[in-house]
Amino acid sequence: MAPHDIQAIRDLIARHKRWDILFGLLGLVSLMVGVLTFVALFVDMAVQGLPRLSPEFFTNFPSRRPEAAGILSAWVGTTLVMIVTAAAAVPLGIAAGLYLEEYAPKNWVTDVIEINVTNLAGVPSIVYGLLALGLFVYQFGFGQSILSAGLTLALLILPVVIVATRESIRSIPQMVREGSYACGATTWQTVRDHILPYSSAGILTGVIIGMARAIGETAPIITIGALTFIAFLPSAPFTGDPPAGLFDWLFAPFTVMPIQMFNWTSRPEAAFQANAAAAGFVLVLMTLAMNGMAIWLRYRLRRNIKW
Amino acid sequence: MASVASIDRAELMNPASVSDRLKKKQFRHVKERAIEAVLFLAASLSVFTTVAIVYILVKESVVFFSQVSILDFLTDTQWTPLFDDAHFGIMVLLSGTLTSSAVALAVAIPLGTIIAIYLSEFAPFKLREAAKPFLELLGGVPTIVYGYFALVFITPLLQKIYPGLPGFNLLSAGLVMGVMIIPYVSSLSEDAMRAVPMSLREGSYAMGATRLQTALKVVMPAATSGIASAYILGISRAVGETMILAVAAGMQPKLTFNPLEPGATITSYIVQVALGDLPHGSIGYQTIFAAGLTLMLLTLMFNILGHILRKKFREVY
Amino acid sequence: MTPIEPQLHSKAEVTNLNFFYGGFQALKGVNMPVYEKKVTALIGPSGCGKSTLLRCFNRMHDLYPGNRYEGGIRLHPDNTDLLSPAVDPIEVRMRISMVFQKPNPFPKSVYENVAYGLRVRGERNRAVIDEKVEQALRGAALWDEVKDRLKDLGANLSGGQQQRLCIARALATEPEIILFDEPTSALDPIATASIEELVSELKERVTILIVTHNMQQAARVSDYTAYMYLGELIEFGVTDQIFIKPQKKQTEDYITGRFG
Repeated sequence: MAPHDIQAIRDLIARHKRWDILFGLLGLVSLMVGVLTFVALFVDMAVQGLPRLSPEFFTNFPSRRPEAAGILSAWVGTTLVMIVTAAAAVPLGIAAGLYLEEYAPKNWVTDVIEINVTNLAGVPSIVYGLLALGLFVYQFGFGQSILSAGLTLALLILPVVIVATRESIRSIPQMVREGSYACGATTWQTVRDHILPYSSAGILTGVIIGMARAIGETAPIITIGALTFIAFLPSAPFTGDPPAGLFDWLFAPFTVMPIQMFNWTSRPEAAFQANAAAAGFVLVLMTLAMNGMAIWLRYRLRRNIKW
Repeated sequence: MASVASIDRAELMNPASVSDRLKKKQFRHVKERAIEAVLFLAASLSVFTTVAIVYILVKESVVFFSQVSILDFLTDTQWTPLFDDAHFGIMVLLSGTLTSSAVALAVAIPLGTIIAIYLSEFAPFKLREAAKPFLELLGGVPTIVYGYFALVFITPLLQKIYPGLPGFNLLSAGLVMGVMIIPYVSSLSEDAMRAVPMSLREGSYAMGATRLQTALKVVMPAATSGIASAYILGISRAVGETMILAVAAGMQPKLTFNPLEPGATITSYIVQVALGDLPHGSIGYQTIFAAGLTLMLLTLMFNILGHILRKKFREVY
Repeated sequence: MTPIEPQLHSKAEVTNLNFFYGGFQALKGVNMPVYEKKVTALIGPSGCGKSTLLRCFNRMHDLYPGNRYEGGIRLHPDNTDLLSPAVDPIEVRMRISMVFQKPNPFPKSVYENVAYGLRVRGERNRAVIDEKVEQALRGAALWDEVKDRLKDLGANLSGGQQQRLCIARALATEPEIILFDEPTSALDPIATASIEELVSELKERVTILIVTHNMQQAARVSDYTAYMYLGELIEFGVTDQIFIKPQKKQTEDYITGRFG
């Protein structure tokens, strides 16, 4: 090749490489937008909310006076609702995931189920609220209660648990199953003794991510009628006069953390805004902790598996 | 299970013990079937959920549409369900939804795609490993917190640039929504791009292409199907978002496509009604189901569009 | 050792090439000439380093971290050292093309596959691209089969056609050397025969370096053969001579099949 051809090539490459470098910068800047937003959000919450965080904040009920208001009813409500959600979503989600991976034949019924799971993952959360309103609150008569809220959120995160279960199960190599069947085990024995134990960490990761999502959900809970100002706790079983039944708490009125924050955000007084920031900070810490735990679990998982 | 060694031939031939073992086998068979049935029921719950959503929305909307004509619903330009002279034009709420979603997607789609290309084709391994969990965290922040952030931080910031900006506006909410959606777009797009086999990239580099040329001309076209899915997911997320808009956009239904104004979306309207104390069965209350039905149809439309796009751009490698 | 033919020009020279994958040395002190407009084959058992050596020519190893070159490959007539850090790998790849083991057409039309190299070089003139695409497809003996299907997806062609498409793609930019990395190992015997025939024709226009695990293919197609073993170049010479009367015992053992 004549020398001036090579020079022309070198110029062309230099020109193209300039675009490469520009794009690299653009990529970094774009990432920075996300980073900056998150940092600004976190710092803003901390700065406005930390002064309000004290032990009383966690043990006080909300009040018309912002300085005396606390999130007791809110975090108790969240905890109770999460118990119901987990109790419903975890067994149902794992069972569904197991069925789809280990039992389901390849026919149209299975296709319909799979399409529905994918579809439901994309349904807006407020529609779940409407469903719960019509179905749980009125049709089934559960009322505007912790039970309704827990079941609603369970339906909401069900696709998350199912997908996590399926992916976890799929990563188990076929030879493990074949080894089990070759020993004469039935499908259920294979599932119980091999599939479930080996996929449990991955399933747990999915469950944690689902619960982290459920904790932060506001819209469906508002829709089914959680009240925004609750100054009492649901009666614990066997307490009070007359003693509350074992399941009375399920049907009690309640509120949850995101709704309490929403309530305070809607009040114009600056003092309530500070409360909102404090509640928000607690919420962000909770979701960060849960997501962080899930990410760490996933990392540990990848390292330990040696198929 | 009894060990084979302990079964002697006389046992094997003994008719009584044979029927014992057959019964055990039958029982095991029945137990297996029962377990499968239970698992099947759990799996079909998803179908029941979809059916229930459709049933509830349609049933409750029927009450609404018995009093309001569909034509009015679709064409009226006012949404004032609580006035004596009530108007039920869904266009008003749709305008809020579309405007805020457009702002959000104008942020999320370009940034999400650029981040995906950058992480997949440019970024060093360590950066990619750090960025992925971070983006997950970004998408995991409760939306009420994002709403608060939009109202208390972003709006005042924007007001410095544009002093006439009202305290509640669709722009603030839309921008924050956009950042929240970035992880959805970038994560799926990146997965799609990483799934493109290295042999295609080698073919491109061997032709003297740069990283950017390879990314834009070979990898992205190969990953079109997955990228389209990512965009559709982002759109669905934007259209269905509630709390950011409920907090930061004000809840005044107003037919507007100007993001600098406050507005209500389908979703924030439903929250507004749920917060109030309209009695169940009243026309004002039933509007939320009609609005919800509209939202579902919108989401369904995007899902179908996504399905068509995925089929059209099925990966060919 | 090597009888010099009249008008034999050197296109490239490998001098004292060592190559390291991280801590592992895959190439040890390789010295080899590459003659212009001739086919040079690299043969040897699995793991001998023949593909590694081939991929040094177009700096493919630069795509992956942890690799290191020592020594040089000089390209004539301008004497550029292809392995020098001062030389941009992209520049090397614009002068030296590659055809891979498994055909890897881009998810684009036949036309766009062949035009890719031209577009990457900034060629925009439609007429010029049209002409070069046709030339390349003719050179790859594919034109008659696809001239009515230029807008079809490249991936829709048969295996043998896809490989010829990749060859056309490599030809379109008029490279100085084409590298073939086991180009027929994924193809059926009929497609293999057509590719071999093509390689023999192409050497009139361009220098060819081909890696093959199939000795008979090397004997059929190449003018010069290099036998490699465990990262070292054991013997280099005229193909006929290597196969009929190899000078080293190691070469003879491999050729006669004493080990694979």
